[in-house]
Amino acid sequence: MGLKLKQSYRHSVTVRVNEQMGTKRGYTFIQANRAWLPKFLLLWVMVMAFLSAWIYKNMDDDNKVRRKEVLSSMCDQRARMLQDQFGVSVNHVHALAILVSTFHYYKDPSAIDQETFAEYTARTAFERPLLSGVAYAERVRLSEREKFERQHGWTIKTMKREPSPIRDEYAPVIFSQETVSYIESLDMMSGEEDRENILRARATGKAVLTSPFRLLGSHHLGVVLTFPVYKSKLPPKPTMEERIEATAGFLGGAFDVESLVENLLGQLAGNQAILVNVYDITNSSDHLIMYGHQNQDGDLALFHESKLDFGDPFRKHQMICRYHQEAPTSWTALTTAFLFFVICLLVGYILYGAAIHIVKVEDDFHEMQELMVRAEAADVAKSQFLATVSHEIRTPMNGILGMLALLLDTDLSSTQRDYAQTAQVCGKALITLINEVLDRAKIEAGKLELETVPFNLRSILDDVLSLFSEKSRNKGLELAVFVSDKVPEMVMGDPGRFRQIITNLVGNSVKFTERGHIFVKVHVAENPKPIDDAKAETCLNGGSDEGALISGGRQFNTLSGYEAADEQNSWDSFQHLFNAEALQNDASGKMTVADEASQSVTLMVSVEDTGIGIPLIAQERVFTPFMQADSSTSRNYGGTGIGLSITKCLVELMGGHISFISRPQVGSTFLFITTFGRCKKASLSDTKKSNAEDLPSSFRGLKAIVVDGKPVRAVVTRYHLKRLGMLVEVANNVKIAASACGKNSSSCGSKIQPDIVLVEKDSWLSGEDDSSSLQRLDWKQNGHMFKLPKMILLATNITNAELEKAKAAGFADTTIMKPLRASMIAACLQQVLGTGKKRQLGKGMLNGSSVLGSLLCGKKILVVDDNIVNRRVAAGALKKFGAAVECAESGKAALKLLRLPHSFDACFMDIQMPEMDGFEATRRIRMMESQTNEQMNGGTDKGSGRKDEWHLPILAMTADVIHATSDECLKCGMDGYVSKPFEEENLYQAVAKFFETKPISDS
Amino acid sequence: MNRNRLQHQVACMRKSLFDQGYLDEPFIQLEELQDDANPNFVQEIVTLFYTDSARLIQNIEHALNSRPIDFNKLDDYMHQFKGSSSSIGAKKVTNECTVFREYCSAENAEGCIRSFQQVKQEYAILRRKLEVYLQMVGQAAVSQTA
Repeated sequence: MGLKLKQSYRHSVTVRVNEQMGTKRGYTFIQANRAWLPKFLLLWVMVMAFLSAWIYKNMDDDNKVRRKEVLSSMCDQRARMLQDQFGVSVNHVHALAILVSTFHYYKDPSAIDQETFAEYTARTAFERPLLSGVAYAERVRLSEREKFERQHGWTIKTMKREPSPIRDEYAPVIFSQETVSYIESLDMMSGEEDRENILRARATGKAVLTSPFRLLGSHHLGVVLTFPVYKSKLPPKPTMEERIEATAGFLGGAFDVESLVENLLGQLAGNQAILVNVYDITNSSDHLIMYGHQNQDGDLALFHESKLDFGDPFRKHQMICRYHQEAPTSWTALTTAFLFFVICLLVGYILYGAAIHIVKVEDDFHEMQELMVRAEAADVAKSQFLATVSHEIRTPMNGILGMLALLLDTDLSSTQRDYAQTAQVCGKALITLINEVLDRAKIEAGKLELETVPFNLRSILDDVLSLFSEKSRNKGLELAVFVSDKVPEMVMGDPGRFRQIITNLVGNSVKFTERGHIFVKVHVAENPKPIDDAKAETCLNGGSDEGALISGGRQFNTLSGYEAADEQNSWDSFQHLFNAEALQNDASGKMTVADEASQSVTLMVSVEDTGIGIPLIAQERVFTPFMQADSSTSRNYGGTGIGLSITKCLVELMGGHISFISRPQVGSTFLFITTFGRCKKASLSDTKKSNAEDLPSSFRGLKAIVVDGKPVRAVVTRYHLKRLGMLVEVANNVKIAASACGKNSSSCGSKIQPDIVLVEKDSWLSGEDDSSSLQRLDWKQNGHMFKLPKMILLATNITNAELEKAKAAGFADTTIMKPLRASMIAACLQQVLGTGKKRQLGKGMLNGSSVLGSLLCGKKILVVDDNIVNRRVAAGALKKFGAAVECAESGKAALKLLRLPHSFDACFMDIQMPEMDGFEATRRIRMMESQTNEQMNGGTDKGSGRKDEWHLPILAMTADVIHATSDECLKCGMDGYVSKPFEEENLYQAVAKFFETKPISDS
Repeated sequence: MNRNRLQHQVACMRKSLFDQGYLDEPFIQLEELQDDANPNFVQEIVTLFYTDSARLIQNIEHALNSRPIDFNKLDDYMHQFKGSSSSIGAKKVTNECTVFREYCSAENAEGCIRSFQQVKQEYAILRRKLEVYLQMVGQAAVSQTA
């Protein structure tokens, strides 16, 4: 598992690196096109400029169209007005013509003379605003000239005011308006335009117009309008000749177009803005201007033409309007376009700026990432360096320490010894520190690899406890360990690192605790199950009642009665867990099956102490390396403060996490949760021999009563006794225990008849009076019944006086000293009960030997081993038990000695030997035996007693007991194996198998 | 008085041998095997160990110097040596032997030579310590009988 964790750690590192590479490769769009950014900006600006231009043009076009429309409407309006007014004037002139013909020709004598005409025309001048004046010219034939001249008293003159030369016809003016009186008597036929006009007018009978010319008198441009006046009534559809013939005269009027239009335009709005030209376009190649300036200024680009119809079909006129000024620049359009452009420019620039910024930030980010990778690499390098250096320091340090140790063995004066010892102590401290640094560095460098091997958690905890037992005893601390029943016996994990964690935590606790207790608890961390909770509730209630009864007053329900920091984790929940587990174990086999089915088990380990606690301000940096709670700590307690950080690292490496609750002056509770693999059954049996705890089984089934006022402590004691296979009852005080005994005795042992009564020293001291009653009871019981339950005292520390007193009170000589460990309890019990088969120093040994001795006494045993030392040791050991030992130094020698028949009862065979190894030798021995057996069976049916069948028990002696070896042992015909070097128990177990049964069958 | 001190010293020394990890349980067993019937058992075994290991060390040295190195042979020798060491409970020596055999099985000549130096060093230290210790035990025994 450890390995996997490790891999995953490495994996995560590589993943991180890969991710970095990934992000480096996976540039964003912006990043990828960074070189294009300015071009993008330029393109944007250009597009926007184009767009603005387009907008401007659009708006401008709009304006032009509107302008044009305005112009055309104005022009049309002017043209229409001009035309209307002209029409009105023409009509009036027509009316005048009819007037003249009516009053001048139809009346005889004429009703009109110059005076009348002048007056009439003057008074009706308002009707003809466009005409500067009107005049009537009579048609005078050459023949009538003289008569006419006489009649009027003047000669006909030409336009140049000369007497008219002789022509066919004359048209002298006889009536004229006052404004044009200067043309009286002038012959209209003498002027080119007038003549033409007259001819055309009399032919068509309609009003005709001249082309524009400079009028006499005014020198304004003008046209002359001419109407024919007929003498007689014309036929309905007169021919041209008839018309000419009927013509009597001509009425003409001069249109002063220039002033006319001037007036007209003056009346209209927008006069200033617009420039009007009127043309006679009768001759399409030569437009004659009637009004306006020939040299055209103004806006040449835009003009509008409007046709004018002045009622003369022969003549065509048109009006052309222009704006005075060029179209003014359209400021609105310009501004709009410009603003649009500016806004787009700004937007573009903002986008560009943002992109640049993004690029920059991303660049920075990548740079930072690179720096981070480098920093991490540097960190790892640092750790590696530390690891290497620490290692390098350790090697010579070991030399120094070794030499110091050697030096201490030599003959030294006391001063020298003192120096050397000091040096050694310092060296050891340094080595410890270096080891810690190395550990940390290793972890940081990712070099620490976790093992995954099966190990026994309980025995490791016991080991750790024994490590600190001396210290805790000196300080008077209760040090105890409790492992829940649900925790599997064997788990897969790294025992060394687990031990290190526990050692660190307990070591810390011991260091910082002056009174009270240190309590290590291991539970299975499980998901809360509602049913269990309900069950537990009742237990809890019962439990807490009981607890309250006992605790009474200021006492807390903890191991030592001192308050612990983590109240949650104290007695109540402990009891809860304990009972729940008990229930579960009793009731639900299913649950266990389900539990065991899972591959791993999550354990919650807590180390509770009642020490000085951790100051609140320091709590958050407890796990930081080289940080102690405060600087005074290292002064008072020593240490480097690296331990906890290593512990944290280790726990995390194991896939767990560590936390703590601490209250200053009350204590701290460190809690870590980690996951171990579950041992498969097969592998369990495999390894059981090598590192399972080997607790003696001789106490199985013994009954014990634990007398302890403190429930937690009682539970711990019970836990250890249970591990030995004992049945345990807990009594709160001596009295209850005594009464229990008494009851038992009266009911003839129907219930528990205790073999042992374990009394906690505190409980004994507090209830000393009762203990005497217990004693009495016991004695009585002893008198009546079977046997006296052994009374054993449990104590953390005990004075000699107390010991004497205890002995006097009937307790056994041996006091079980805390901290409790199963193996130690076993040893003490053996001592007390005298059932020890286990090796013990001193007198215990006699017991053990005697058992083995009884088995081996007088037996003839062959020891086969090529190693002389081993041979000698094995022989010595076996001889000790009264066996007669012979030795062989090789397989061949053994074969020689074992040639049948022989008198050996057993053979201990080394496996690895030169030439012929143990397996081979055994095989040959078995072959020999079977041959002989066959022969014998074939020969005589009933041989001599037990030598019926030759089968020499052969036991392998091997140093490395692994499963495969033991299998092979059995395969090649061996009966068992003992580990080398001999351990009595092991030897006993192996030998007992076939020696114990034999005597029975023998006798 | 003197006797007590001597015994105390012996005990201290024994404890330190165990504490420093030079010896472990088998040695206790040896001591247990020593009784009135066999008063010098420990001494005897240890001496046996010296002679045997001296021979083995010589063999191993020889095997290491020969070319090519016969790792099987080396392993055999070292197995014996390790067996002897573990029999008397020479923990550190045994550990070094294990290391050596690992190198051996990996056929790492350099590692073998290096670890053999370690083996020899540990052996020398142990031998010195044991000699001193057994000498003191002897003295204590003498003073006790006296």
